[in-house]
Amino acid sequence: MRTSLSQLLESHSVIVADGGMGTMLFALGLQRGSAPELWNVGHPDAVRSVHSRYIGAGAQIILTNTFGGSRIRLAIHGLEERMAEFNRAGAQLAGMEAEQAAHPVVVAGSIGPSGQMLTPFGDLEFEDAVQVFAEQAAALAEGGADVLWIETMSDLQEVHAAVEGCRQRAPQLPLVTTMTFDTHGRTMMGVKPEQAIKTLSDYGVIALGANCGNGPDELEAVIEKMHQTQPETVLVAKANAGMPRMEGDTPVYEATPDVMAEYALRVHKLGARIIGSCCGSTPDHIAAIASALKG
Amino acid sequence: MTIIDELREGVIQGQANVALEKVKKALEEGYAADVILNEGLISAMSNVGQMYEDGVVFVPEMLIAARAMDKALQILRPYLVAQGVKPVGKVAIGTVKGDLHDIGKKLVAMMLEGSGFEIIDLGIDAPPEKFVDAVQNKGADVVALSALLTTTMPNMKTVVDALKQAGVRDKVRIIIGGAPVNQAYADQIGADGYAPDASSAVRKVREMLGV
Repeated sequence: MRTSLSQLLESHSVIVADGGMGTMLFALGLQRGSAPELWNVGHPDAVRSVHSRYIGAGAQIILTNTFGGSRIRLAIHGLEERMAEFNRAGAQLAGMEAEQAAHPVVVAGSIGPSGQMLTPFGDLEFEDAVQVFAEQAAALAEGGADVLWIETMSDLQEVHAAVEGCRQRAPQLPLVTTMTFDTHGRTMMGVKPEQAIKTLSDYGVIALGANCGNGPDELEAVIEKMHQTQPETVLVAKANAGMPRMEGDTPVYEATPDVMAEYALRVHKLGARIIGSCCGSTPDHIAAIASALKG
Repeated sequence: MTIIDELREGVIQGQANVALEKVKKALEEGYAADVILNEGLISAMSNVGQMYEDGVVFVPEMLIAARAMDKALQILRPYLVAQGVKPVGKVAIGTVKGDLHDIGKKLVAMMLEGSGFEIIDLGIDAPPEKFVDAVQNKGADVVALSALLTTTMPNMKTVVDALKQAGVRDKVRIIIGGAPVNQAYADQIGADGYAPDASSAVRKVREMLGV
């Protein structure tokens, strides 16, 4: 069944979010270098099966397969004309699985970074970035996303552009924003957790936090700082399953489901209310997280 | 403060206009182009690189410093050519095939250029043949490979193997980098080194070439 994020937050002290999508799609045969969003149309059953497995593992929030679904990212694959189609389909697929779920599930429309730097450090103009995110937000809203989930950001200006874009074309949807703090405890662009939480809550997002990066320890430190800065803010933690090591051509992430279960308990204690995982995680990791948080 | 100190300070602060003005003034004052390059520009960028590694500055500061350096270098270049100053080495750099990430590779290229290297930028999604060609026909001393995805990391090995097959592996040093990459992986695929960030990449490449 479907629900809204605000309802989940009202009724639950802690909420389980899903884990990595790319990790799962590559295991199902997605080719290196091809756009994962293409599968929303080409292999909808595969994408649905990933959502369904995360829901089965206990996820109450599932993120659509649209992380690289902005016009700018898709243009690298020559697929920019299909931006709306991919995002709409991504939200619809997640929606179908949410409706069939035995527990209430929220569909979060994933919006990743453009991959370009905004002026003055790069060439992307703020207004153009707003447009790009607005189009993606509109398509995700059309596909039925319950919330828009801006993630893996490192530049506050780009977050600002994404928030603006979402507000322009999908003003009815609540926003969640998470940044990646992988450089000496800050984002690549030097944003501190304390600065991120202040700026992002000024944008009026419903929840905010950290995702991706170099594994659970790093992310726990970020959540701790955020919680100390503003204890009342709803915090999201989505750590990678540690760092990968290659066995032949196969990446093996160092954090087992047990390790991620311990991370979930620690990060919850440090102040996170929405807890999931990111790169390298699987439904087994989310099941371990869900069961640890329940117990 | 000498004019060279002022130039260095301008670059560190990322003040392109100051850097431009100071490099012109240093030339007028009769400083040799290689002195301006080494003691002004390269020294400034190595300073910025160290501050980045120490977590004192972050990517934005590094980018504006590199831009200031680049502006100054454009003025200086003809004087370097006239003086017969050669780059300390040639680096062919690219993000490996299947991987479309640009930012990390660009930063490493900028920092290497700021350290006196000539850069052959092979772009993103670069097939192994491009790296082989850069070594065989363009005189690259170093091949620098970037990958941000675990799924594209194996293509780093493909490049190492292609260089072996072309019989040029011994002519070149190979360095790798990117979020999921580490020293163990460099050892595993037979690369010569790994660097965790742009500034250590410069140090590593210098070590490799003994410059």
